[in-house]
Amino acid sequence: MAISRKLKDDLIRYFFMITAMVSIVSLALIMIYLFLEGLPLFKHVGVMEFLFGNLWYPTAEPAEFGIFPLIMASIAVTALSSSIAIPLGVMTAVYLAEIAGAKTRGILKPLVELLAALPSVVIGFFGMVVVAPFLQDTFDLATGLNLFNASLMLAFMSVPTICSVSEDAIYAVPRELKEASLALGATHWETIRRVILPASLSGVSTAVILGMSRAIGETMVVLMVAGGAAILPKSIFSAIRPMPSSIAAEMAEAPFRSDHYHALFAIGIVLFLFTLVFNIIAQHISEKHKQVGAATL
Amino acid sequence: MKKIASFFFALLLTASLAQADTNIRVDGSTTVLPAMQKIVEAYMKANPGVNITVSGGGSGNGIKAIIDGTTDVAMSSREMKPKEMDAAKEKGRVVKPVEIALDALAPIVNPANPVKGLTAEQLQGIFAGKVKNWKEVGGDDREIVVISRDTSSGTYEAWQELIMKDQKVTPAALLQASSGAVLQVVGKNKYAIAYDGYAYVNNTVKALPVNGVAGSEKTVADKSYPVSRGLFIIVPEKATPEVQKFVDYILDPAKGQKMIGEVGYFPVKK
Repeated sequence: MAISRKLKDDLIRYFFMITAMVSIVSLALIMIYLFLEGLPLFKHVGVMEFLFGNLWYPTAEPAEFGIFPLIMASIAVTALSSSIAIPLGVMTAVYLAEIAGAKTRGILKPLVELLAALPSVVIGFFGMVVVAPFLQDTFDLATGLNLFNASLMLAFMSVPTICSVSEDAIYAVPRELKEASLALGATHWETIRRVILPASLSGVSTAVILGMSRAIGETMVVLMVAGGAAILPKSIFSAIRPMPSSIAAEMAEAPFRSDHYHALFAIGIVLFLFTLVFNIIAQHISEKHKQVGAATL
Repeated sequence: MKKIASFFFALLLTASLAQADTNIRVDGSTTVLPAMQKIVEAYMKANPGVNITVSGGGSGNGIKAIIDGTTDVAMSSREMKPKEMDAAKEKGRVVKPVEIALDALAPIVNPANPVKGLTAEQLQGIFAGKVKNWKEVGGDDREIVVISRDTSSGTYEAWQELIMKDQKVTPAALLQASSGAVLQVVGKNKYAIAYDGYAYVNNTVKALPVNGVAGSEKTVADKSYPVSRGLFIIVPEKATPEVQKFVDYILDPAKGQKMIGEVGYFPVKK
């Protein structure tokens, strides 16, 4: 018996709809779970006390659940690593898309993307065993496991993301725009700066935000090289403890459904809100600066 | 049709026969883990057909797992908390802790550090962040870099209980999530101090005597070494014969206990 064309069409449509739903539903379930496990903490601990408290002693009696140093650590490490990774990533992207010849590009681009294939634990180990002693000796520090080291390692991880996504965006700028600019007598540099970068701004911003959310959510690297002191960072060489490393280090041994356990999930909520905000900003920028059509006659 | 059915039935039967091998799951403290792995390897070699899976999810997780019935034997580097005992009773699972070894914690520093020993009081001061310079305890004029385990590790709890008492470890302490990482950091940092189980201490670091007593089998057994604690396995009160046999093996002075000594812990039975 032949299946009617309409039925076949419907089947295919529903199949794809279900596939699309699977990821959305799992995301929703994870979110619900995150909130269900995190919110019970606030029955015992005030929200302000949690967000702005300075002491994190989850297993002491009485326990203290202040994550302010953790939040500041996450912000500091993200900011510092972005200030290293964004110029590096965007400039590499400009070079690859605009300046490098086809052959150089063919070799360099896969190499930069290969950086992204390095497992984070390998980067963390590198930071711990090679970079930390180096920093410690060079700058005569108490410890090489600090904010600067972690930012450097995170920059390593976000450069490929930033570079590869911005490169695609820059490469996708319509040829006509570039030709028009050159025809009007602008130099190559002026064209890059005044025409190509603004035209690819939405793509580049998305790349930057993606790189940053990678840095804020990254766990293994900060767990291994950030030092882990739950204090406010005083200098770029302070040992710090960003949010993900607290969750990763403590979750395994936190008694199930204890306040400590709920507190770790609550940190997860804060972290989730951070990345959510990043993503909304990225979305907003990419909508606002969307390149609509090419300016041809 | 009948033939096919009987074929599948036979297949099922062989499958379930293969399943008849004994499976024992062990989960819990990463402190007990190295000793347990060694014992399990030997035990499985001596008892073919017994299959033991060991995972190290931490003391808290191990105890939770035995209460939930997702493991047969839990490892723990601390006594069960009253809360956990109650939870077990609530679930109708009566469990009992069995002490299988003694562990001594050692304050460790870099081998290049000139300090020869510390008192329990000095250790408490250093880890509470009150003593900040090595000069104050007879070392170089350098800042002390305090390294601690994450607050929920069994080793941290033991250190808290045995050395810190009512004091808290300074928030400025660097957190390391595993015993291996602690050694790694202390081995690379001349001015660091940390604590770790004796089983993990190797020649990349220097273990300091406490109150003038170095940790050894003798000083731990006669309790003159101040920083020691018991290591436990937790099993159901009415353990299955297979599990009971395994527990007996661990407590056998010539077998399990001997291996516990080889990994660097102190046996409880000789």
